[in-house]
Amino acid sequence: MSSLPELICPAGSLPALKAAVDNGADAVYLGFKNDTNARNFAGLNFDQKTMSEGIRYAHAKGREILLAINTFPQAGRVADWQKAVDAAVDQNVDAIILADVGLLDYARNRHPQQRLHLSVQGSATSYEAINFCQREFGIRRAVLPRVLTLAQVEHVIKNTTVEIEVFGFGSLCVMNEGRCWLSSYACGESPNTVGACSPAKYVKWDKQPGTMETRLNGILIDRFGDDEPAGYPTLCKGRFEVEGETYYALEEPTSLNVLSILPEIIKIGVKAIKVEGRQRSPAYVTQVTRTLRAALDSLANGSERFHVKPAWQAELSKVSEGSQATLGAYNRPWR
Amino acid sequence: MNPNFTIPKFRLPTFIASLGQKLPQWPHALALVAGLNAALKMKLLPEDELTALEDKLFRVRVLDTGGEASYTYRGGLFRPVFRPEREPDLAFAANLSAYLQLLARQEDPDTLFFNRELEITGDTELGLIVKNMLDAVEWPKLSDRLPLLRH
Repeated sequence: MSSLPELICPAGSLPALKAAVDNGADAVYLGFKNDTNARNFAGLNFDQKTMSEGIRYAHAKGREILLAINTFPQAGRVADWQKAVDAAVDQNVDAIILADVGLLDYARNRHPQQRLHLSVQGSATSYEAINFCQREFGIRRAVLPRVLTLAQVEHVIKNTTVEIEVFGFGSLCVMNEGRCWLSSYACGESPNTVGACSPAKYVKWDKQPGTMETRLNGILIDRFGDDEPAGYPTLCKGRFEVEGETYYALEEPTSLNVLSILPEIIKIGVKAIKVEGRQRSPAYVTQVTRTLRAALDSLANGSERFHVKPAWQAELSKVSEGSQATLGAYNRPWR
Repeated sequence: MNPNFTIPKFRLPTFIASLGQKLPQWPHALALVAGLNAALKMKLLPEDELTALEDKLFRVRVLDTGGEASYTYRGGLFRPVFRPEREPDLAFAANLSAYLQLLARQEDPDTLFFNRELEITGDTELGLIVKNMLDAVEWPKLSDRLPLLRH
């Protein structure tokens, strides 16, 4: 049995960070209050003061803080992203999660002692890409995009000495990570450019008797009946008319949930399991961290008698987008 | 706050809503505004985000009690609006249990929204600012001072 993977949990605010630490996260990942991270939503994230307090809190309890600078520097503003890297080093974060190769190069040369992780937005799905980033930028860990089967994840792990982190729970999108422009198609802004998918200023929820319509920059994304679960207002999760039929043409609103395959994930040597959701509230962070901590701890003495408790499943289903969960690509029979 | 205390999901009988609609709405608005101003006074709400709230009209509707409260933020204070003359910039509608679960940080607003237990209409970005602002408040300090929030 390999050792237990670290549990990496999200925080968009100080109370969320404390909730993650208090409920058993080994590390918490955060972003600055600007477009250097892909959850750049109004009122979310950390300024220097709250970040310092959060880091103090986590370190006092022996937990780590990872800082995501996972958007791509925009033309004419590269210095803003470099300053974010410098600020993260000043804050004494345990690792910086980077996506852009130019920024990885900057961080490596300017701060050679700083631990670097390759972000999921870096879109590295092969061990060749990961080993390249290790050779060139000294990355110590890579977060894999949510497109690989479990067998493919294992293949990557066997062919690299870089630690591998995978997603264990959270909202799924089309997973063209670091390369998705669907949001820009609708409103001219995307995670890669402004740090937000489907920014709120373009979103309109229109409630009429019996239905609710979601529009993104005027484009009708979906129409829900009163009893239907809702999802995030992104193009990839819309229902569209295709050749006379109206359905989720790209993807249904759903969340990834790996509880049922946790023993396999541990067995193949995954180093860390990540939870999506820096945009969510402290209540979500508490619920998901607590549940995954309990599941991981139950595996500490071996996987022979591991079974997924109905209470864990119920807790995670409740907070899932569209109130449904999937194993995503992990158990896909095809590649 | 007792960590073992959980607020169940419930829905009050429909006659309460029809009764509630006939009652005056100003006590709700005053109570809500008093709570928000207490948070302001303790400097729990960040100034950057507060500027985005200036002169906006908010409405909180409790579906199963039939109560609603409108308020605005002007000149550094939340103020009740007893007879709103226009549609609110941001409106929330939910049953009482959902609001209590949110207040106790027992449920996440996205969860309630996905499950259609919380309705948010109007200016979505303003909604996000308000949500994130409330998420960032360290409530225990507030509950120490507001006996109503203690369990």
